[in-house]
This record gives sequence, structure tokens and C-alpha cells, in this order.
Amino acid sequence: MIYQTTIDGGKHWSLTMRAGTSLRLVDLEGGANVGMLFYNPQNPLERYNAPDTLKCQHTFKLTRGHCLYSDMGRIFCSIVEDGVGWHDTVCGNCNRELVAARWGFRSYQDYRNDWTQNGHDAFLVEAGKYGMGRRDLAANVNWFSKVAIDADGAMRFDPGKVAGASVTLRFEMDALVLLHTCPHPLNPAPEYPRRAVGIEIDKAAPVAADDFCRNFRPENARGFANTELYLACGPTGDRSTS
Amino acid sequence: MRRTSELLPGEAQFRRVIPAGDYWIDIVKHGETLRIVDVEGNQAADTLFFNAADPSERYSAVDTIRAQGNVYLRVGSKLLSSESRVLAEIVADTVGRHDTLGGACASESNTVRYALEKRTMHACRDSYLLAVAQEDRFGLSKRDLAHNINFFMNVPVTPDGGLTFADGLSGPDQYVEMRAAMDIVVLISNCPQLNNPCNAYNPTPLEVLVWATDVR
Repeated sequence: MIYQTTIDGGKHWSLTMRAGTSLRLVDLEGGANVGMLFYNPQNPLERYNAPDTLKCQHTFKLTRGHCLYSDMGRIFCSIVEDGVGWHDTVCGNCNRELVAARWGFRSYQDYRNDWTQNGHDAFLVEAGKYGMGRRDLAANVNWFSKVAIDADGAMRFDPGKVAGASVTLRFEMDALVLLHTCPHPLNPAPEYPRRAVGIEIDKAAPVAADDFCRNFRPENARGFANTELYLACGPTGDRSTS
Repeated sequence: MRRTSELLPGEAQFRRVIPAGDYWIDIVKHGETLRIVDVEGNQAADTLFFNAADPSERYSAVDTIRAQGNVYLRVGSKLLSSESRVLAEIVADTVGRHDTLGGACASESNTVRYALEKRTMHACRDSYLLAVAQEDRFGLSKRDLAHNINFFMNVPVTPDGGLTFADGLSGPDQYVEMRAAMDIVVLISNCPQLNNPCNAYNPTPLEVLVWATDVR
């Protein structure tokens, strides 16, 4: 394994993942939420596009076999393992006002690292490290959080309950990853939920011709073709890990 | 729920037909009412909103659906910004349901959805990019082109988490109306999509009308 760490609940981090590496997220206690966004480090205007990801694969939920698409028809990463079965990508984040209204505002002055951080501000901080701002944010993934929809369109939040459940992403192109472990915006918990997440980074096995994600839908074969064209002809980089 | 409008087209201060494959971008002022008409039926109006005073604040699909607890847009839906402020509210609608999950078509997503060789076909994202370049007085660029509304499109979510592109609920002369809650920039791409049965492979015109604050 290349690296392993734990991110406490209500925190944020970012890192660049190279094509051919994998990122495993573990819901250590059950009930975690991981907000996540993806950008092309060579051109951050290419970003994760939730609508394209959903409509290209005719899905509302994200699970094993699905690919996460950029707005340029390429695949940032594929979901190669999933012990949860349904992850949300349409509900966005808590903001400061929402956290204050639901759980009460805890300032850093009074509570230090147990303050009530929110996902929107967490993304602004991480995006800022790469010269990006609020114009660069987009609809994010919320790993481990299920949001089902009834016939009339109403949303029903269903948190993950299995301690130790994990989801693994295999990166098909280099990607800047912004993440936070702040609560899902529909979480009705009486107290600000603070759930730690395990992170494991490793080299991924090469994508075989019979790869599950590549063959999950005919659209994904074309998404892989677009990504492979980019890797073959696009910006050069150190490919020693892939 | 459907609600018809009492506004009379003859009293509109502005009327403009948007041909398929074209765009319209302009400011709608606080209190004014914008109507989008599906002139021939089942045509997608891919629509974005920005705070005219600070275009870094823009329509946010995720904040809008989270705040209303429902993924479909209809009468009473408050269209929220990325700062969770109300940009506009839907005040009349003869269709009953509009999509804000499916996003705009792009030549790049067309390659994935349909075929790699579709990459040169016209798409909403290209209209958006041309709009912000030709009308750069609004201070917009690709950075600002986010998740839009597809007025007149029907994209139901199934109980098991599927996304379907169903036959439209709209039809000829159906319309949706919204009142601006601040001065907003409205950017509409009249969708040129030729690969999707939702418009019967036949993109048709839209019309926009704007009424002044003091009418009604």
C-alpha cells in the first residue's frame, strides 16, 4: 500500500491521484459522509460533472460499475468496489447557516477542532489551495449517503449503517481530489454527526479488456476510449506508476 | 400542480423567439416576470441564472432541490443560488414538472451517450460557450457554466435509483413563468439535440416574454 490514514469527522483534505492508482474510503464507524469533487490538474476547468455522470449511465445512484465523468466526456475514476450500494451525488453540502439551524453553531474560538465545520466552506478552503474559488465548485459526490426518491420526487435520506463498509475508486486519469467528512445536508441526526473515514491509497491493477466498469454499460466503453485518447496524446507527465 | 398565468402576452415589455440551436442571454430585473413558452412542444429550455450584481453567485441545482426536499421543479419552487439565496420563484406552470438533474447536452457527453463520431454535432454547451464569449459584458466564462434547469423535460428517478428520460409532459404552447427575486442574468440554450427521442428528434423554437414589475 502506498499510504493509509484516517480523517476525523467534520474535516477536509485534498490530494492529487495519478492514473493507475486507487483510493479506498472506509466508513469506520457507520454513518460517515464524504463529500468529494474532482478536477483535471492540468486544466481545472475540466471538472466532475454529476449530470453527465448520471445521464450517461442512466442512473441516479452511484455504485460499483459506475464511472465518474468530467464535463469533457472523460472518466476521472471508476467505482471498482462498493460495500454500500447507493451513494448520492445531487444533494450538495451543508453550509454554515444550515449547520447552525440544525445543530447549533460551534465556533473555533470556543470548541477548537470540535467546531461544526460545513461541507461548503470545507470545499472553498481546499479549492483555494489550487487557485480555485466558488465559481469552480460543482455538484459533488456524497459517499456513504443514500438518498432515495419517491414517485412525487420527495427525497428520503438513508445513511450508511455498516461499520467497515468501503468504496474503492480506480483513477483512469490524473485527478485533483477535494474531500470533506462533514455531515450530509439531509442528515436529521439530533447531534452534529462526526464520523471518521479511513483512507487507503494503492496502485491499481491494469484495466483488463473484461473490466467490470468498462463493460458495465456501452457508454463506459466510449468514456474509456475518450480517456485513453487523452492519455495517449494529452499533456505528458510521469507515468511511472501506471 | 399546474397554475395558469393572468399575464397577457400583449402587455409584455419584451418578446423574443429563440430558434433551436440558438441562445438568449439578458438581464431580468427584480420583480419582473419571465415566461418561457414551449411553442411546438417537448422542447428543452436549458436555463442558467446568475446574480447580475455578482455573477460568481449562480443557480445551484443541489441547493435548490435540497432546500425543497424534492428533485422536481414546479409551481412554488424557489430557484436558489450557490449562496442559498432566492434568484427567482416559479409562479405559473402549465406542465407540472421540470428537470434539474440531467444537465445540458455537450458534444463531449454526446460521444459517450451516443457514438464517438457525434463529437462535431451541435450541443447546448457550445451555445453556452458562444453566448458567454459574444456577450462577455456579463463577465461569464466556462468557469460559470454549471448544472442547469431543463424546463419542459421529464427525467423521472425510479425507486431503485435509475434515471429515465421519459416522454415529455409538455406540449404546444405550454409555458413556465418565474418572478425574479433579484436582478438576474438569464442564459437559455434552446437545445439542438438530434440524438434523443425526448424531442422526437425535432428541435423546435422557444419564446421568451418578460413583463414589467407593475403589471398584474
